[in-house]
Amino acid sequence: MAERPSRREVIQRLGAAGLALGGAAAIGRWRWDHGGIDVHRAEGTRQVRDFRLKAGNGLELPELVIAKNNPDPATLTRRAVDALGGMKRFISRGDIVVVKPNIGWDRMPIHAANTNPEVVATVVQMAFEAGARRVVVTDASCNDPNRCFQRSGIWRAAYKLGADVIIPAEHRFRTMRLNGDVLDEWPVYMPLVQADKVINVPVAKHHNLAKYTGAMKNWYGSLGGRRNRLHQNIDVSVADLATFMRPTLVVVDATRVLVRNGPQGGNIDDTREMNTVIATVDQVAADSYGTTLIGQKRENVPYLKMGHERGLGTMFWENLRVKEV
Amino acid sequence: MSQTAAPGHPHQDEVQPIPWLGKVGEIDALDQALVRAPAASNVGTPASNPMPTAGAPAIVSASAAIVAPPFKAPARPTKIDPKRPGSGIPARPLIRGLVWARRFVQVASLALFTFLLVETTFRGSFAAKADTVVRMPYPVEGFLLADPFVAAMTFLSSHTVYRGLLWSVALLGLTLVFGRVFCGWICPFGTLHHFFAWIFPSTYGRGNSRVMANHTHGYQRIKYYLMYAFLAAALAGSAIGGLFDPICICVRAIGLAVLPAVQYIGGHALGAAATVNERHVQFVADGTQDFLARSVWQSKQFYFHETWFIGFLLIATLFMNRFIPRFWCRVLCPLGAFLGVFARFALFGMEKDHAKCTDCNLCLVNCQGADSPQGGVKWRQDECHMCMNCETACPEDVIKFRFLPGRKSTISVPDTGRRTALASIAAGAIAIPAARTADSLDANYDSRVIRPPGAVEERAFLERCIRCAECMKVCPNNALHPAFFEAGIEGLWTPILISRIGYCEPSCVLCGQVCPTGAIQKITEREKLGQGVPPIKIGTAFYDHGRCLPWSMQTPCIVCEEFCPTSPKAIWVEEVDAEVRSAEPGPNGEQPPMKTVHLQRPHVDPALCIGCGACEKVCPVQDRPAVYVTSIGETRSKTNVILLENTNYNSPG
Repeated sequence: MAERPSRREVIQRLGAAGLALGGAAAIGRWRWDHGGIDVHRAEGTRQVRDFRLKAGNGLELPELVIAKNNPDPATLTRRAVDALGGMKRFISRGDIVVVKPNIGWDRMPIHAANTNPEVVATVVQMAFEAGARRVVVTDASCNDPNRCFQRSGIWRAAYKLGADVIIPAEHRFRTMRLNGDVLDEWPVYMPLVQADKVINVPVAKHHNLAKYTGAMKNWYGSLGGRRNRLHQNIDVSVADLATFMRPTLVVVDATRVLVRNGPQGGNIDDTREMNTVIATVDQVAADSYGTTLIGQKRENVPYLKMGHERGLGTMFWENLRVKEV
Repeated sequence: MSQTAAPGHPHQDEVQPIPWLGKVGEIDALDQALVRAPAASNVGTPASNPMPTAGAPAIVSASAAIVAPPFKAPARPTKIDPKRPGSGIPARPLIRGLVWARRFVQVASLALFTFLLVETTFRGSFAAKADTVVRMPYPVEGFLLADPFVAAMTFLSSHTVYRGLLWSVALLGLTLVFGRVFCGWICPFGTLHHFFAWIFPSTYGRGNSRVMANHTHGYQRIKYYLMYAFLAAALAGSAIGGLFDPICICVRAIGLAVLPAVQYIGGHALGAAATVNERHVQFVADGTQDFLARSVWQSKQFYFHETWFIGFLLIATLFMNRFIPRFWCRVLCPLGAFLGVFARFALFGMEKDHAKCTDCNLCLVNCQGADSPQGGVKWRQDECHMCMNCETACPEDVIKFRFLPGRKSTISVPDTGRRTALASIAAGAIAIPAARTADSLDANYDSRVIRPPGAVEERAFLERCIRCAECMKVCPNNALHPAFFEAGIEGLWTPILISRIGYCEPSCVLCGQVCPTGAIQKITEREKLGQGVPPIKIGTAFYDHGRCLPWSMQTPCIVCEEFCPTSPKAIWVEEVDAEVRSAEPGPNGEQPPMKTVHLQRPHVDPALCIGCGACEKVCPVQDRPAVYVTSIGETRSKTNVILLENTNYNSPG
C-alpha cells in the first residue's frame, strides 16, 4: 500500500494551497479593473498661485515704464525697474525668485531670438540686491537646451552672478490642470512655478503665426509635452497661458528686435537695434506696446484682445500711468 | 611528488606535442640539456624521468656547461610559502607586481573608456561664451583611433590612414614589443570578458573542467578566419568588419543600449520616488536626476532605432563566458586576431622549463588566452594576452617571461589552415558585391538613408564607416540612429537620421568631430550653415497634403515654418482664405453651413531646404508626420538629386 501523508503534512499542504489561492484572489479583487472609458481620470490637480503684488501697492507709481536711448542694456534695465518703484517693491528679503527669459532657440545674442543676456543678468543682480535668497533662471527651450542656454549667453551671464541656471530635464515637468479654454491638462515646467516671485523677462520679436511674441507668449516655455499642437489655436492658447501664469514683474527686452522671420530668425539683417527695455506689471500692456516696435497693430493680435477681455491687463497701454526714462 | 608527467600529456588535442615527450625522435642539444640539467640534481627520481635517450650521449655529459648561462635560476630568497602548492617558492616579485599593475591598468582603462563614452555628448557649460565654438573637450574617440584593425580596414578600403588613426601605429608598436598586451591589459571589452569569465562559471567551473576550458581549442582559429574575411571585405570596399571590432562593440552596445536602458530604469525609479509626498524624498530624487542628467547622460531620454538587437548581442556574448571563458577574445575578436598575427614579432615572451613541470595545471586555472602555458606543450604566443597569471601561479619555476626568450617551445604564428584561410578571404571578398547586387545601394536606394552632415559619398562612406556609433552617441538631439536594414544588409548599424526622434541641429558639427575614420568629415559650422559656401544638405522635406492641418483640415498650424532654421526660411507660407464646414449641423438636420477661415499653407523651397528634419520633428501630426524628409538632394551625392541647378559636378566627394 502506498504511503499516506501524515495528518500534519496534509494540513500543511492544504494550508499552502489555500494561501496561494486566497492571496491570488485578494490581489485580483484589490486591483480589479472594472473597465470603462473613464478609468484613466485626470490626475493633475495642482494649481499655480498668482505671483502678482497685491492690489493697492504703489498707487502713485507708474504702471508701464519705457527706458530708451541708451546703448547699454544693463543701464536701460536698471532705469526701467527703478522707475517702476525699484526691485525692492517686488521682492522681499529671503524670496525665491524665478527669472524666466526666452531661451528658446539655438541663436546668439546678435540674432535677437533670445532675451539679451545683459538684461537677464541685470534683473538677476537686482533681485539679489533686493534680498532674494535664491534666483532661478530657466526656460523650456525649443532647440536642444544645452545649446540654447550656452549660445544665448544667458547661462554664463546668470551663473556668474550666482543664479541657479536649471537646464530643463524631463523629470522637471509635472502634469497640472491649467483650466484654460483650450489648455486643460499639460506637463508644466516645475522650476518656474515653485517660487515666491516670478519675473518674466521676454524678448520682443516678430512671430509669423502669432504676429508678435513678447510677455504673454513667453509662457510657452512653461509647458512640456507636445506643445506644437498649441499652434492650432495660438491666440486662445496664449491667453490661457497668460491667465495661468501671472508674474510679479515683466521686463521686456527690446534692445535688439527681430522684426521679421520670427520667432527664430538667424539673420542679423532681420534685426533692428532699438535700445529699449519695458518694465511693467501688466503683461497685456507690455505686449500691446511691444507690437508698435515691429510695426504691427494691436488690433491684429487677437490674444491681446482676449487678454484684455479676460481682465489680465489692458491692451490700451496709453490709459496706464506711463513713464519714459 | 609526481614530478614526472605521464608520458604524453593526456589533453593535447589542439596543441603540438614537444618531441621528446610524445615520440622518440631527434632532440637537439639544447633541449636535452634543458630537461636533464635539473633532473640531474634531483637524485630522488632519476629513473622516472620520461625523457627518451635517443639523442647523442656525448652531449649529455657536457650539458651543465652548455645550459648554465640562460637557465640558471636567479638567486632569490627561498622563502617557502607553506600554503603554496608544489615547491612553495613564490613567483618573482616583478611578476607579482606586473599582475597587480595589469589589474590596475585594466580597471583604469575601462574607467577611462567609460568616462570618454559618457563624455561623448554635448552638455553645454556655464563657462562658455555665446560665441564659443562647440567642440569635444576630450578626444572621446581615442580608443578607436588607437585600434589597428580599424586602421587596417580603412587603409585597405580607402587606401588612406585618416588623421588620428595614425595613433594605431603606437598600439601596433606596443604589440611588437610585448605581444597582445592590449587584449589582456587595455581592451575595455577584454576587461568585461575577464570579469564575466570570472563570475559566470564560478559556481561550478572548478577543478578539471576549468583547466580543460583553458586548454587551447580549435575554435580559437575562428577569429583569424573572421579577421581575414573582414580585411578581404575591406579590400572589396566595405569597412563592415567594424561590426566585430571590440571597441566599436563597446561604444555601440554600451552607448546605444546599456546607457539608455539604465537611464530609462533610473528615470522611472527616481520619477516614482519624486511623486512620494515627502519633501526630502522629492528633493533627493530630483537632485539625483539633475546630477545624472548633467554628468552621465542627457536631460532627456535617448532612444535608438532597433537597439534591442545590439543590446541582446552584448548580453549573449557576455553570457557565453559561462561556457567558454573569455569567449569573445578567444573565439571571435578580429582585433585580437590582428594583434595575434603581429605578436610573432614580440620581443617579450615566455620561456618554459618543461622538466620542472609537475603537471599541477595551476597555470591553466587562470589562463586568459588559452595559450597553452603548461609544461609539455608549446606556448601559443599569438593567443597569449600577456596577463602573467601563469607565471604567478606556477610553483615550480617552469614559466618565465623575459625579453628575447628562446623560441624552442613557442608557436608564434596562428595555427590556421591555409585552405580555410583562403576560403575566408574569398567569402569576405564575395560578400560585398553580393550585398550590393541586392538592390540597396545603386538601384533602389532607400529614401530613409539620410546620412549625417559632412558624410562622404555613399560608396566612400561604406569604405570608411566602422559602425562605431560615436556619431550616434554624440548627437545632442538623438537624431542619428543605427540603421537596421534600411541601408541594406551591408549598411547594418551605419548612421541614419531619423527626424521623427530628433532633427539635425544646424549649428552642430559634433558627429564629424568624433568620427574616427572620416566617414563623416570634420566640417566647420560655416561650411555646414553655408556661410560663403553652399550649405550642406542632407535631404529635402516634402509635405503630405492629405495629413497637413492647413492643407487638408483648414486648421492653422505652421509649426514647421516656425522651426525651419534656414535664413531665409526654406518653408514659406501661402496666405489663403479657405472654406470649411462648421462642426454644428444646420437647423432641421441640414448640412452644416460653410464658413471661411484664413490660413497659412506651408510650402518647401527645395533650393533652400537643408533636410535637417526640424519640421518633421515638430509636426503635430504625431504618428505619421505631414512633413517628412528623404535623402534626395543630399550634397554628397551626384545622383541622388532633384534640381538641375543644384547638381554641382565640380564639388569634391
